[in-house]
Amino acid sequence: MIYQIICVIIMALASFLPRMVPLVFCRKKVKSSFLKSFLYYMPYAVLSALTFPAILASTGNVWTATIGTALALIMSYFKINLAIVAVVCTLVVFGFGFVF
Amino acid sequence: MDKKLTYLDGLKQGLPICFAYIAVSFTFGLVATRNGIPVWLATLISATNLTSAGQFAGVELIIAAAGYFEIALAVFVINIRYSLMSLSLSQQLSDDVGVFKRLIMSLFITDEIFAIASTTKSRLNFPYFLGLATTPYFGWAFGTLLGGLINNVLPERLQSAMGIALYCMFIAIIIPPAKKSKPILLCISLGAIFSCLIAFGIPNLSMGFSVIIASCLAAALTAILFPVKTNENDNTDNTNFLPPTGGVL
Repeated sequence: MIYQIICVIIMALASFLPRMVPLVFCRKKVKSSFLKSFLYYMPYAVLSALTFPAILASTGNVWTATIGTALALIMSYFKINLAIVAVVCTLVVFGFGFVF
Repeated sequence: MDKKLTYLDGLKQGLPICFAYIAVSFTFGLVATRNGIPVWLATLISATNLTSAGQFAGVELIIAAAGYFEIALAVFVINIRYSLMSLSLSQQLSDDVGVFKRLIMSLFITDEIFAIASTTKSRLNFPYFLGLATTPYFGWAFGTLLGGLINNVLPERLQSAMGIALYCMFIAIIIPPAKKSKPILLCISLGAIFSCLIAFGIPNLSMGFSVIIASCLAAALTAILFPVKTNENDNTDNTNFLPPTGGVL
């Protein structure tokens, strides 16, 4: 429990500092094109790296997880809302859990 | 053009963001509590972090019992894009907005709030920004609480299938922009490939560091190959910082 609370404090700081420092201390523009681009691509890279390969182990059954992953990719391709994607994939994984 | 924006103006413009936030944070509450985070803690996370990708990643690392430094670094790296938004807002604020007000504003910079705040025609000011952030902030915390409470009444078997929900959401966040942009597609592909290679190649390395290394490599490579085009003399050069999610984050 103490571990979790410390983690939350750390997360709060790690969320606050990147927002606070430029607003309070900097008035200049970012010049470096590389830095701008790097920061721009970063969220995509992080989310992708977080998802793979961890998603395959997320249900405790690699087959249901694979089906869920494929379904999520297809639904996302058609721009379906993220909450709906999450719910539908969960239900499908749940359903296939009885099969595999 | 010169009409001074008020707190009330901000409040009105923030409402749509609030509703979108309730939907997403509801899912966050559901997923976090499903993974053993107490409801109050999940709500506290939402109230103190106010960021979706960072929170999701943080919670995932907490579940994996990751080290403090690992969590700090991972959340920081994900949130570093806010620095660009913060920097941009800083240029739009008048100099007489003091440090204390700027500290308060810093708490509420998110993709959507930034998007609205930075595209107003009149000059950005403190009361307006505060109004803009008010309902989204409480909506975000409230949605988390609701999702957490509802999770407790779900059947056990369904709860275990929910392990995949978080990742499905990540996929739903990154795929739509990748459809529109080849560099982003490259970036997420590299991120996934590096992450898999590191995870299987160096199994002893903890997940947090594996993700940080993989994502830095992927973002750096993509940045070298496809630098983001910027408009040099445009002060409201915000298009580059707009939500990578293309919507709710």
